[in-house]
Amino acid sequence: MRKTLLSLAAAAAAVALGTVAAEAKVKACFIYVGPIGDFGWSYQHHQGALEAQKELGGEEQVELAYLESVPEGADAERALERFARSGCNIIFTTSFGYMDATNKVAGKFADVKFEHATGYKREHPNVATYNSKFHEGRYVQGVIAAKMSKAGVAGYIASFPIPEVVLGINAFMLGAQSVNPDFKLKVVWANTWFDPGKEADAAKALIDQGADIITQHTDSTAPMQVAAERGIKAFGQASDMINFGKETQLTSIVDNWGPYYVERIKAVIDGTWKQQDVWGGMKEGHVVMAPYANMPDDVKKAAEETEAKIKSGAFNPYTGPITKQDGTEWLKAGEVADNGVLLGLNFYVKGVDDKLPQ
Amino acid sequence: MGMFEAILLTIATAATPLLIAGVGELVVERSGVLNLGVEGMMIMGAVTGFGAALATGSPWLGFLAALVVGALFSLLFAVLTLSLATNQVATGLALTLLGLGFSGMLGERFVGMPGIKLGNLDIPYLSDLPVVGKLVFGQDPIFYLSVILTGGVAWFLFRTRAGLTLRSVGDNHGSAHALGINVIGIRYLAVMFGGACAGVAGAYLSLVYTPQWVENMTAGRGWIALALVVFASWRPWRVLAGAYLFGAVSIGQLHAQALGIGVPSQLLSSLPYLATIAVLVLISRNRRLTMINTPASLGRPFVPDR
Repeated sequence: MRKTLLSLAAAAAAVALGTVAAEAKVKACFIYVGPIGDFGWSYQHHQGALEAQKELGGEEQVELAYLESVPEGADAERALERFARSGCNIIFTTSFGYMDATNKVAGKFADVKFEHATGYKREHPNVATYNSKFHEGRYVQGVIAAKMSKAGVAGYIASFPIPEVVLGINAFMLGAQSVNPDFKLKVVWANTWFDPGKEADAAKALIDQGADIITQHTDSTAPMQVAAERGIKAFGQASDMINFGKETQLTSIVDNWGPYYVERIKAVIDGTWKQQDVWGGMKEGHVVMAPYANMPDDVKKAAEETEAKIKSGAFNPYTGPITKQDGTEWLKAGEVADNGVLLGLNFYVKGVDDKLPQ
Repeated sequence: MGMFEAILLTIATAATPLLIAGVGELVVERSGVLNLGVEGMMIMGAVTGFGAALATGSPWLGFLAALVVGALFSLLFAVLTLSLATNQVATGLALTLLGLGFSGMLGERFVGMPGIKLGNLDIPYLSDLPVVGKLVFGQDPIFYLSVILTGGVAWFLFRTRAGLTLRSVGDNHGSAHALGINVIGIRYLAVMFGGACAGVAGAYLSLVYTPQWVENMTAGRGWIALALVVFASWRPWRVLAGAYLFGAVSIGQLHAQALGIGVPSQLLSSLPYLATIAVLVLISRNRRLTMINTPASLGRPFVPDR
């Protein structure tokens, strides 16, 4: 009820704003799952949108419109329809839960291009999907964590048990094990993407149980602040959170959507837009590591080497031998995991101290 | 610091904002007004508290600003529902929506800035006592104020004449009016007290719990505070018990997860709500007691005929 009202109010406000701008070459529209002030997921998408507008010639060339805090589900469909009717040439839907709504509305508006983030359904020729290999960054973090941790235990604040998140946990663990095979990882599921208080509590619980490195797959800066208060190290999430832990943040995985948004909006202007499925990582510049800080030079060097190895394409974090949590073999030595399997990952690798919620 | 002690400290931090907002709303409801705008007033308190502390460098001034803004924001609700007799449920919801949106706009410039944290109490020797030291003598000042507030409200409502008057207004505004009591005036004061409390509770989030500003950072805590008031059948000390029960189960489930006990996390995450509902059902089993404590005029508009 509350969410519905909220989204209606947001929708009304944004549509009112969206009609003011003058004639532009292209109208690019964005739908965000959270507020753009979350300093996390939606914030980074919005930064990417602003970057694209700037790169492509400012307001006269690219008209931007966006809707914040649109709930995943039926509301999203309404918001999308309204966008499509209001003259958007390309619409970016930036959360997994918009998948079905995006495809449904795309079927009705063949002239409008749709770009869905983190999904896999492309039911119409005007739907493209895009995602980033954040797990590449998490592998680097794992390497750093195992080198920095005195206790040999890291704490991981997870959001929801979906493949994307499991992928990150495993990559972190694999990175850590490449340094210390006995490394331990404690996982707490917050069952939310965004609740600063709860994320802080989760960080406290993990630290109280012996973790001396904190990493998160939730969106607020609260865990970083808790780590700073307790005098341990932590990794940021989605954006560079160094301001919240000047002596705490080791690095952060920065979601860098700008280059992709520039490329795709430009393709619409040039008339070269085509359906595609992009899963970009460090190599494509979609995943960027914040400056390595608060670590000795040898750790920094190891991190940089790992990053370079992944960036060049010479190394995939999901390269065998990898054993599943239950002890059975997953990948043989030298075998690289198939992207399809990774995108649907639903099991842990050996060593994760948690039972995966199903 | 032992783990048990650490857990208790975390619980106190989680429970304090719920307690302050809950006790404030309890006074409002005891006067017969249902203000569903707690979430909106809290978030307004969070953003002004953060901004004022940042501008002045003093978290105390932040709390003061949040208190004033919370009260002023609730005044809007009071004018609409009490003087213009609008529907309390709809107006309260509108207040929440307004607060969430308006705070996001005001707070845009604060996103990504670290805040100023209100420090913990540190009494020489006493704070260093084993086990009880940190717990009794080493927490943030607002924690102590929240307990004093609960005691104060309990004393006011049930031990003073003014408290009796307030309750009589909530139980039967017609009779109270006939006795010459200024029903509307008392309700104005009660609503503003609730607003001030909600403002402080919000500032607790942005100045103590997680010293930062992000949109929607209350994340539904105002609604939990509202539920706690009902759960406590409008008794202040029960609000405290409820807030701490909710906090304890919330923190306990996180620890259970970190220990890796193998219970599905979705179930654990819902435990605080399940526990609260269970207790609510147990308490309201005694029908007579519930009837006595429920403000009979709750949510009913009062329009004096002359």
